[in-house]
Amino acid sequence: MAHAEHAVATPAILNEVKPAVLPRAVLVENNRSFSWITEKICGIIEGKTPAWWWVCFCIACLIACFTVGGITYLVSTGVGVWGHANPVNWAWDIVNFVFWIGIGHAGTLISAILCLLRQKWRTSINRAAEAMTIFAVVCAAIFPVFHVGRVWYAWYLFPIPNSNYIWQNFRSPLEWDVFAVSTYGTVSVLFWYVGLLPDLATLRDRFEAAGNKLRSFLYGLFAMGWRGSNRHWSNYEMAYLILAGISTPLVLSVHTIVSFDFAVSLLPGWHTTIFPPYFVAGAIFSGFGMVLTLMLPLRAIYKLEDLITQYHIDCMCKITLATGTIVGYAYAMEFFIAWYGANPYEGFTFINRAFGPYAWAYWIMISCNVITPQFFWFRKVRENTTMVWVLSIFVNVGMWFERFVIIVTSLARDFLPSSWGYYSPSVVEIFTFFGTFGVFSVLFLLFIRFLPIMPMAELKAVTPQADPHAGHDHH
Amino acid sequence: MAAQPYGLIATFDTVPDIYHAAEQVRDAGYRNWDCITPLPIHGLDKAMGVKRSIVPRISLAGGITGFCTGMSMIWWTGAYDYKLIVGGKPLFSPMFAFPISYELTILFTAFATIGGMFFLNGLPMHYHPVLKYKEIRRGMDDQMFIVIEARDPRFNLANTKALLAQAGGKNIKELEA
Repeated sequence: MAHAEHAVATPAILNEVKPAVLPRAVLVENNRSFSWITEKICGIIEGKTPAWWWVCFCIACLIACFTVGGITYLVSTGVGVWGHANPVNWAWDIVNFVFWIGIGHAGTLISAILCLLRQKWRTSINRAAEAMTIFAVVCAAIFPVFHVGRVWYAWYLFPIPNSNYIWQNFRSPLEWDVFAVSTYGTVSVLFWYVGLLPDLATLRDRFEAAGNKLRSFLYGLFAMGWRGSNRHWSNYEMAYLILAGISTPLVLSVHTIVSFDFAVSLLPGWHTTIFPPYFVAGAIFSGFGMVLTLMLPLRAIYKLEDLITQYHIDCMCKITLATGTIVGYAYAMEFFIAWYGANPYEGFTFINRAFGPYAWAYWIMISCNVITPQFFWFRKVRENTTMVWVLSIFVNVGMWFERFVIIVTSLARDFLPSSWGYYSPSVVEIFTFFGTFGVFSVLFLLFIRFLPIMPMAELKAVTPQADPHAGHDHH
Repeated sequence: MAAQPYGLIATFDTVPDIYHAAEQVRDAGYRNWDCITPLPIHGLDKAMGVKRSIVPRISLAGGITGFCTGMSMIWWTGAYDYKLIVGGKPLFSPMFAFPISYELTILFTAFATIGGMFFLNGLPMHYHPVLKYKEIRRGMDDQMFIVIEARDPRFNLANTKALLAQAGGKNIKELEA
């Protein structure tokens, strides 16, 4: 890092004007050593299972039962148990699907885009954020898979030869979505696993030293015999960079394709070109909301203040603010285009959104998504962890309502007034959705119990001790 | 075989130590040797004389395969094997085939990258002489090591030991094969 500065001779003027020194933000506070990082992160896994973990795990399992129950009832009865009927044939299922997929996007943003942009602060949050991505994709996948009705035919979504001798309709954005989401899930898992590889090796060696044969074997199995060889690191770093490089267009394309589900249709309120960027910004916004919701309690419980510093929280709040403002701009632009486009149906849809039967949902969305993030302009707010956490919850709520507003208002008022309707969810839908928070929490709790919640090798690499020139001149 | 060790291993405490030691081992002309570090050290490749990784070539091959798979799959299924007109749209067009081909490009690139990385690194390899060394455990924690293999043409027990000692290596040990 020091090379460039030293290559240029210092201009004489700098001795006179004495510019202010702007130090780089410290990423690991209190100058912690390599072994402190290892102890801290591995200690979470090696220690006794804390009581709060069991309490949370039991509650999460109970909540997850709602999804299991809802789905069991749906499969044994039929999709009719959900509340949708003409004209609203897509409702909570797709709302929840887009909601969960969107949450996942912050994980990929942190791990991939911030990696390419060399934002080193990502290191302490990327592992947990990637885990969040994978578990969010799991929750998201539940909805479309069960909405197909006869779920045992869900494999018809993939081009597998079947006895009907017919293939998928590749002209449909829904089929694009199948590929986008399954690629996204797969690549997220691969990316996560590659990042875990060195840390699994660390755990393997530590459990071996502690004499725990079984866990040493299991971690060792997945560590693939990683031994920290620099010839391996060389290929590894390159592979990681390429994965970051391909995940960046991937994350942008996934939510673009999700938005195509709507934008490629002809329905007023859906058929707009602003959808892809607007959906991507919204996804990152909601994802960062969820990252804050998850990381702030973790930081407090495990005393990770030296690793997730105020600087990290600041950065996340600022991204939330930026993307939230982009989302606000998109809402305004949709209205403007509806008027400027002079299409009476389009105009009606937007007036109806803000003042029609679903106005309550619209204004919840506006207040949560546009007004809430504006608080992050203030340093006092960003430094108040409780406040940040509460605001992050509002972001999550707001983004769920955004999808609800987009999907349901457009469908409830289509071209023919005779077919207008009002949609309310059935109790089965509510249970199924509520339960996905349990499914997500169960997976996340297992993750924090059994896998390193922060990438140790990467954290070590951003400490000052990792600099081979130790602050001296590059020769 | 018992007489011939796998190689020599020396311990280093800090990143600058191993960095400068690696430069010396490189300059002494060794080829079959390695650094064991708990973190990727910036610039150590150059200090070791390791060439740029060829993983990107494998990734590129994967990406091209993925794109071609997507395009040809959609053409073959929709415009050749079972022609089905939907909404009056063409049987094949690169436009509607693009999103899926794009996703498959990324999917195949990811598999090729990871597969290539494992292949080039010779992993999985759960058994390795280096892993038998008791102290290596700290190699994934906070210690760094240099291993010079006995199969290197320049390897000579006494001279190599002297080189490692001169480079600042501590606790120089023979690794059993």
